Amino acid sequence: MIEVRDLKKRFGPTQVLSGVTFQIEKGESVVIIGRSGGGKSILLKHLIGLLSPDTGEVRIDGQDLARMNERALLGIRRRFGMLFQGAALFDSMSVAENVAFPLRHEKLITQNEIARRVDEALEVVDLRGTQDRKPAELSGGMRKRVGLARAIVYRPEILLYDEPTTGLDPITSDSIDQLIMRVCSQLKVTSIVVTHDMRSARRVGRRILFLHMGRIYTSGTATELFASDDPVVHRFVNGISDSQEHVL
Amino acid sequence: MSGPAHRRLFALLSGLGRVSLLLAEIFRSIILQRPRWSEIIHQLHFVGVKSQGVVSVTGAFTGMVLCAQAFFQFHKVGMDTATLAVVSVSMSSELGPVLTSLIVAGRVGAAMAAELGTMKVTEQIDALRTLATHPVDYLVVPRVLASVIALPLLTAESIVIGIGAGYLVGVHLLGIDGTYAWANMIRYTQASHVIMGVIKSSVFGGIIALVSCYKGLHCGQGAEGVGKATTEAVVITSISILISNFFLTLILTKLLP
Ligand SMILES: Nc1ncnc2c1ncn2[C@@H]1O[C@H](COP(=O)(O)OP(=O)(O)OP(=O)(O)O)[C@@H](O)[C@H]1O
Ligand SMILES: [Mg+2]
Repeated sequence: MIEVRDLKKRFGPTQVLSGVTFQIEKGESVVIIGRSGGGKSILLKHLIGLLSPDTGEVRIDGQDLARMNERALLGIRRRFGMLFQGAALFDSMSVAENVAFPLRHEKLITQNEIARRVDEALEVVDLRGTQDRKPAELSGGMRKRVGLARAIVYRPEILLYDEPTTGLDPITSDSIDQLIMRVCSQLKVTSIVVTHDMRSARRVGRRILFLHMGRIYTSGTATELFASDDPVVHRFVNGISDSQEHVL
Repeated sequence: MSGPAHRRLFALLSGLGRVSLLLAEIFRSIILQRPRWSEIIHQLHFVGVKSQGVVSVTGAFTGMVLCAQAFFQFHKVGMDTATLAVVSVSMSSELGPVLTSLIVAGRVGAAMAAELGTMKVTEQIDALRTLATHPVDYLVVPRVLASVIALPLLTAESIVIGIGAGYLVGVHLLGIDGTYAWANMIRYTQASHVIMGVIKSSVFGGIIALVSCYKGLHCGQGAEGVGKATTEAVVITSISILISNFFLTLILTKLLP
């Protein structure tokens, strides 16, 4: 179970998160939505201990990440998989080496088995035959899918996806959404998906958290959010910009 | 103290604190974690083998100019055959280690800072951390070990080449008596001079990798951040080498017989 309580984080003068509180049960699949620059990626990085909060707690099964040092966090992170917004592939390694990287800790696994698991993970994200290419030779969407393969290859319990479908065509987006749902239901993983694509939010998330002004403004099912008569929520889910608001 | 000066002193001290923490983490990693031999060898190739060109040229021309200058001065007092001894002693204990390290700092330090800095700004360091890999174990330790091993070897190479080039210039160009000059050189060069050079260059190797990796890991945002980290790595490394050289000379002269 993931518990976030009163999480605050500021960068210089900007208060990015100003008191985020929520809970995610084991096996749940949750979507976090919010405006660009609203702090979604920052929030996700707190959940896996890449950033530590100014104040507040992030608890994974009761353990407070903020109180752990980097070495202790490494152990916790083995339970997590994360897809970065920019994929964050290791650019000195080939696609196959990238996907095989998380398996390097497992000592009882043969080279053949590693190659088989890598092929299988690449198959799942529809990237057969790219094993020997370098990340720089791939398109943005392909890179993202390699990042996804790297995040699921070691079958973690908790998966964090930062905008898994941004920059993908509608068909690939749909297949990635299907994949996220399949992974969640078959492997009983907890998934947390950050997105601003409402279509994919509706498909993937049982529960949607709306991050606004550094807090969880509201949460609920997709149907509830679409039916909401709160002006802020209404404008976000329907994609209506405020005529008063200056263009970002 | 005025505001900005105050803040700069604070930044300097906290930077030193973070470098010390990194150093402590490196020692912890060397003691507790299994080293990655393949990566250490890869870095040895990069730091050691590939620096040989610049290091040889540096060594050769330093030895040559040193020999010429020493000869011009000694010739006035008729002590031509002391020339090579001067070349050998100063190459072994001072110029060899310092110049080699400065040249390697420019080549290797810049590359390390740029590589780690780029990994940092493209979130690859964060990706490593999420994949349960400590960046110090995976990136920093192999670079530090490789530099600590490679620098003494490069320095030894540059000393040998420097003395050789000095001999050629002295004997064949300036007409010094080769046999006497060589005998004097052997007589006045002590093991402690060479040992001092080797120890110094090993320390300098550690400084190069430590500072450059630190600058890379703590690099600012974007291409600008990487550029700044790279420049600072080279500048700070070079200054640290020159300053620590002075203290190492004082300390090692006391310690070595
Ligand atoms: N290292 C940093 N230093 C300073 N400010 C930062 C840093 N990282 C993020 N920010 C700021 O924090 C805010 C939130 O950033 P974040 O990346 O979480 O947004 P986001 O919700 O993921 O946006 P998007 O949907 O566009 O990815 C932004 O205003 C950004 O400028
Ligand atoms: Mg983001």
